[in-house]
Amino acid sequence: MIKIQVKNLTKIFGSKPDKAIQLLQEGGSKKQILQETGLTVGVNQASFAVNTGEVFVIMGLSGSGKSTLVRLLNRLIEPTRGSIEIDGEDVATMSKEQLREVRRKKLSMVFQRFALFPHRTVLENVEYGLEIQGLLKDERQEKAKQALALVGLSGWESSMPDQLSGGMQQRVGLARALANNPDVLLMDEAFSALDPLIRKDMQDELLELQSSMQKTIIFITHDLDEALKIGDRIALMKDGKIVQIGTPEEILTNPANEYVEKFVEDVDMSKVLNAEHVMKRPETITLDKGPRVALQLMRDSGVSSLYVVDKRKTLLGIVTAEAVSQAKAEGLTLQEVTETNVPTVRPDTRLHDLFDLIAFSALPLAVVNEGNRLLGVVVRGAVLGGLAGRVKVKQEPPSEQSLERVNLVG
Amino acid sequence: MDKLFPKLPLDQWVETLVRYLWKQAGGGFDLIKMFISGWVDFLAFLFMGLPDWAMILVFSLLAWLLSKRSVAIFTFIGLSLVSNLGYWANTMQTLALVLTAALISIILGIPTGIMCARKKAVRDVVMPVLDFMQTMPAFVYLIPAIFFFGIGEVPGVIASVIFAMPPTIRLTNLGIRQVPVELVEAADSFGSTAAQKLLKVQLPLAKPTIMAGVNQCIMLSLSMVVIASMIGAKGLGADVYRAVTQIKIGKGFEAGLAIVILAIMLDRVTQHIGNHKKNKGERV
Repeated sequence: MIKIQVKNLTKIFGSKPDKAIQLLQEGGSKKQILQETGLTVGVNQASFAVNTGEVFVIMGLSGSGKSTLVRLLNRLIEPTRGSIEIDGEDVATMSKEQLREVRRKKLSMVFQRFALFPHRTVLENVEYGLEIQGLLKDERQEKAKQALALVGLSGWESSMPDQLSGGMQQRVGLARALANNPDVLLMDEAFSALDPLIRKDMQDELLELQSSMQKTIIFITHDLDEALKIGDRIALMKDGKIVQIGTPEEILTNPANEYVEKFVEDVDMSKVLNAEHVMKRPETITLDKGPRVALQLMRDSGVSSLYVVDKRKTLLGIVTAEAVSQAKAEGLTLQEVTETNVPTVRPDTRLHDLFDLIAFSALPLAVVNEGNRLLGVVVRGAVLGGLAGRVKVKQEPPSEQSLERVNLVG
Repeated sequence: MDKLFPKLPLDQWVETLVRYLWKQAGGGFDLIKMFISGWVDFLAFLFMGLPDWAMILVFSLLAWLLSKRSVAIFTFIGLSLVSNLGYWANTMQTLALVLTAALISIILGIPTGIMCARKKAVRDVVMPVLDFMQTMPAFVYLIPAIFFFGIGEVPGVIASVIFAMPPTIRLTNLGIRQVPVELVEAADSFGSTAAQKLLKVQLPLAKPTIMAGVNQCIMLSLSMVVIASMIGAKGLGADVYRAVTQIKIGKGFEAGLAIVILAIMLDRVTQHIGNHKKNKGERV
């Protein structure tokens, strides 16, 4: 379900923007418009839709217009053109009173430098949004305390913001935004001012909170790793324009243009790609076959082990070349030489988390789903290939059926 | 040149304007005069209602409550000295005058400062007027003040207000505009009305700066008392003025010292009002 629909949202800084708008529609660049009209383009005809419960990341370098864009959404900056529909209501054209109502009930914002009110206690900060709605003191304190508990800051209610560390201050900022119980969270570089370790913790916590809250989150960042980690989808901005929208995989593997390609070239692929992306088609055998068939299969496909599965591809174990040779010599059945202790991973296991497993395992890793159905196999070479970025993923999100389309180059 | 460009009759224009104002709103000026002199008399009566020693204790206690102990001790010693030298009545008269002028400046100045901070158009009009008020020699607006309000303490108060109000306006405007943009955005983003934003975020954060303006305002009012005494305002200014005209060095020093004591007392107390509250907040 679409929660926020943004169409042709444009911001020109300066007076008399008509000429600049016309130039933009004709495809003029930010630089060209500055030269011809002296006006600065903040956001250039941005259009996108955000679904309910989605984490939508807007990413770009400083000056790309991402902070302006997020401020257009709740009209902290007045849009020059375009519409912002939240639940079908256009924020861009609504009256001051309606806008205030939307800000109070539907949209909350978390700021880069926390923007806590220094003269108010932690609890009073979190209460602020409820206080201005006229809630009674008991009720708003109750809700504020719940929000603080949610971010793990119970017991800090009466502290002043400047007594807290940066990470804790931003938790207060998050609690303040959550206290109103908004549908949409706007997070403007919310974790950028924190040091890297704290930032990582906050990202994890946000994801954990999100899994239970299911808010619609618009998250602004200049950090690609952050975007890849928390974004369901990512919009990449340059010079006020959105240059690509897609899932993290799509952005990495199919950069829309040179700019995106340059942006993503230094990314740590191990944190983005999953087992699914690097796994190969497994060579399998069923238990009704004998050791001779197994040996022949291994010879044909040039592998040293086979996965033993049933008719429905449920993983039963693995047989190695040595075990099969032994079975053939001693007249044992395949079942008797099957090793059932097979290292397995899920298709969505990050490449990053495969390193240890594969380093200390003599056997390849079997990729299985919840029902223990064998989907693929991960061998060492494939992991290295993935790290080198030599993976091509099609536009569709990968699924069980897309196995064939995963193609390891080299 | 004289013949080519005859002198502009600016002096006549100003006089015509003043007379016109007087004709149109003479009754209004009388009302203002009644109100101000009534208020000054009331304050003076209040300050002299108890014996000297009792008032000294009351003032010291107030200083302690509003500020800190050292200021209270200074107040006690300073006022005891003033009383001992025999300037008690005139000091209280001056205090009433100064507080009245400061109060009017604050009542008019803070809202004006707020409007300046909110609207650039207001700021563009008000700021040059403030420059004018501050740089025009104070003696000059004593003349229309006498014209409208006669001689005595009221034109003195009015002249003090004109002289002392600009810093209140300027610093209120500055204090509000210095509130970090992100905090204003935060207030807006949660759906604050303009009044909520002002009362819950901007004014509390601007308070130290506004208090600095109030402090300046009181100090400037005090500096006007000697000038005001030239048009018949009672108090320490009159003592100084008399000492100057009669070349009585000793008396002049005594009256001057009383003004200094009053000034330090008022300065320390008002300086601490803002900080005092802030400290209290941090201790919670």
